[in-house]
Amino acid sequence: MSAARSLLIQHEQGGKVLLAVLAAGAVIVPVCNLLVPETSPFHVSTFLVSLLGKYLCFALLAIALDLVWGYVGILSLGHGAFFALGGYAMGMYLMRQIGPRGVYGDPVLPDFMVFLNWDALPWYWYGFDEFWFAMLMVLLVPGLLAFVFGWLAFRSRVSGVYLSIITQALTYALMLAFFRNDMGFGGNNGLTDFKDILGFNLQSDATRIVLFLCSVLALALCYLGCRFIVGSRLGKVLMAIRDAEDRTRFIGYRVEHYKLWVFTLSAVIAGIAGALYVPQVGIINPGEFQPLKSIEIVVWVAVGGRGTLYGAALGAAAVNWAKSYFTGALAETWLFVLGGLFVLVTVALPQGLVGLSARLRGLFRRPAAPGASHG
Amino acid sequence: MTTRRTAKRSSLPATGFVPPALILIAFGLLTGGGALAQTSEFDAALAAFAAAESYPAKEAAAGLLIASGDARAEELLTAFLDGRLYTVRGSGALVYAAETDAGYSIVDVVTGDSGGEVGRRDVTRVTINNSLRGSVRGMLASFGLSHPDPGHRRRAIETVALSGDLGMVPVLEALRTDESHRGVRAAIDEAISVIHLDSTEHATRLSAIAAVRSNVSTHVRTKLVQLAGDEALDKETRDAASSALAAIERRVEGYELVKTMFFGLSLGSILVLVAIGLSVTFGIMGVINMAHGELMMLGAYTTWVVQQIFPNSIDISLFIAVPLAFCVSAAIGIGIERGVVRFLYGRPLETLLATFGISLILQQAVRTVFSPLNRAVSTPSWMSGSWEIVPGLDITLNRIAILVFSMLVFATLLYVLRCTRLGLEMRAVTQNRAMARAMGIRTDRVDALTFGLGAGVAGVAGVALSQLTNVGPNLGQSYIVDSFMVVVFGGVGNLWGTFVSGLTLGVANKLVEPAVGAVMAKILVLVFLIVFIQKRPRGLFPQKGRAAEG
Repeated sequence: MSAARSLLIQHEQGGKVLLAVLAAGAVIVPVCNLLVPETSPFHVSTFLVSLLGKYLCFALLAIALDLVWGYVGILSLGHGAFFALGGYAMGMYLMRQIGPRGVYGDPVLPDFMVFLNWDALPWYWYGFDEFWFAMLMVLLVPGLLAFVFGWLAFRSRVSGVYLSIITQALTYALMLAFFRNDMGFGGNNGLTDFKDILGFNLQSDATRIVLFLCSVLALALCYLGCRFIVGSRLGKVLMAIRDAEDRTRFIGYRVEHYKLWVFTLSAVIAGIAGALYVPQVGIINPGEFQPLKSIEIVVWVAVGGRGTLYGAALGAAAVNWAKSYFTGALAETWLFVLGGLFVLVTVALPQGLVGLSARLRGLFRRPAAPGASHG
Repeated sequence: MTTRRTAKRSSLPATGFVPPALILIAFGLLTGGGALAQTSEFDAALAAFAAAESYPAKEAAAGLLIASGDARAEELLTAFLDGRLYTVRGSGALVYAAETDAGYSIVDVVTGDSGGEVGRRDVTRVTINNSLRGSVRGMLASFGLSHPDPGHRRRAIETVALSGDLGMVPVLEALRTDESHRGVRAAIDEAISVIHLDSTEHATRLSAIAAVRSNVSTHVRTKLVQLAGDEALDKETRDAASSALAAIERRVEGYELVKTMFFGLSLGSILVLVAIGLSVTFGIMGVINMAHGELMMLGAYTTWVVQQIFPNSIDISLFIAVPLAFCVSAAIGIGIERGVVRFLYGRPLETLLATFGISLILQQAVRTVFSPLNRAVSTPSWMSGSWEIVPGLDITLNRIAILVFSMLVFATLLYVLRCTRLGLEMRAVTQNRAMARAMGIRTDRVDALTFGLGAGVAGVAGVALSQLTNVGPNLGQSYIVDSFMVVVFGGVGNLWGTFVSGLTLGVANKLVEPAVGAVMAKILVLVFLIVFIQKRPRGLFPQKGRAAEG
């Protein structure tokens, strides 16, 4: 038990570091971007701000996945779908904001609909010109999908590998659907060419900084929220489900309800991450639904260290930084590096980077892997 | 596949006529006598044809050409009909010409030598009018009708049938009495009935309508539509025509259904093929091998390499490629098992990640070694083309070959698992590892071999896939989701389940496809699977007893 307690302490430390880094970033990045002159070596370019903002969104997504995988043992290979759905909801709002400034100048219809000779806006696009409605959809659509999907799956006790594979089927089916032009989501090209958000120009430095700060805030709040959950009595039940599902059920807990609740919450967080991602990147397309993308999320969490939350955030940032670096510097080798990383982490570092740092510091002789006994 | 075949076909007319002519000349030189006389007769007729100015003179010369019995006459007159026959201004030599951007590219009629490109004004077309066209067509038909090759005769008869010329009926009837080939006799009967559709005699027409009820050609269908709608005709004829038309439509629908079913089975057999290796690793060992698709890709690349090494024996390349692909993929599979997977037994989700990493490495390795571009794998001649079961119902040979191949692989795998010592040991280890070990089975060796077997089967599937799709680094990825679906639908650890589920999903996909389109069909099948798993979380044929736990 002492190992578990010291893990908890270390957990606290890691979380503190994460929050400290976020707080520092929230101060330093805007100052260095807006106040430090461009000639100074301390200037942070707007490109870098957006890049960091993107990493924050990925970190948020990784935390969402870690909540279900690290604490309840549900390996979702379809979290990219929830992320993309949140992104599409935001993208639809941004598309409606373009208004008559599109290439075809239609006041209501987005460019791709004019291009496809549509006469009227499909009903599911109604309301997306209102920011509050779009934000509601960012939460509702992924949440509802996860709720229905989870309700079906957990009720009939689909678990483990089977669940992973049907979540993969889910995101694959959605990808195929969104690739179709007649779905009304821009088909292959997705939604892009956004102009402004809430009346602020998306290209301006100030808007970018605000989006960045929103991402910092969302990540910090979601992290704290998730940590609160896993530290509460509810969190204990979740971990009990992860480690011995049947036993927890026999004790009298409604395992399905717990799983469903956490799965839905996780999907909502993923949706928020997607909604923050889209205005900073400027595009959302069906590629986000690719099963490969969802597997990548799992890899971020595994690399960072599952079952720690902050480790997931660290993994997302680290892997994506490495990706940016390698695809730029050594494009050929990136897949070798990524592939090698998977193998190395799973075989040699079951606890990811967090476990590695713990091992290096010699705090534990052999860290107890959360969930290692029950994949 | 289609483009490749069409490319081959379209190149035929350009060069096809040269060899027969050359062979004939060579033949004439060797045998002398009659053939030589034939050649000179042809040359004389050709000279007369080239010299002819008026249409009657051309007609007479054409008759001489046909009478010479030379195969070149057919080529020449066909070109004449198509307006491809020209004379060179000045020399007056006859040439075949094809229009190009700048002028014409010409080929000499007599020698078959290419004359390169000439300007628009250097050649003049040999003119033709409608009456001459008709008589030349008749001559060509009769020429074809007496051709020694039955296939040739048959085509000529079909052309005659399309002409709808009632005057040809006695000719055909006369031919029928001398005809020894059964298929050609049937074709003559068919042609006579088709021509008789135009007959003005009531009884003949009615019997003709009755006779063409099984003919699905568009020509007959147009004729019947005309007859059924012709107010000038009596009611009996019109009714007979519409009933015959309905019968034909039903037949065509039946053919379409058979075709759809076949396409479904074909898709199903591909699904079985790609999933069956996974069924071994995932089903029997419980290892999720995400690199399965890449092992198939390696099999496909093996085929390509074999064809590069033996470019002259494409026809037998597949027979070399299949065992080789099995060995390559199996070796790599055993390497993966020994190097990575064995450290991760009992942790299926970690295995998933590690093997996914391996799949990325393999993809990039192939990209580095073979370039990221797709590679074209040739189809052996015995697999290209199609098999016409009855007129209007034909099936491509490569799909049949893959269907048969898939069944063979399945049967072999079943045999290995049921009837060999390795299979026995595999099943023992699956059922109770500790007990198996206590009985003296080297479980880690069995693990490696099982994984190798699954990987090898993936490689073999890759050989088949190389005949269907582009061989590129992403080949495996596009099948991985499908193959997992098939295994999960069938029930993990059950080869027969995989077999049934693959074929079912294939047929279901193709049956839904005409109604909603290909992409939607796929989405519907995926949604169906997701819902199905809720109802039967362990697939169609779940394992029972102890093996079901864990």
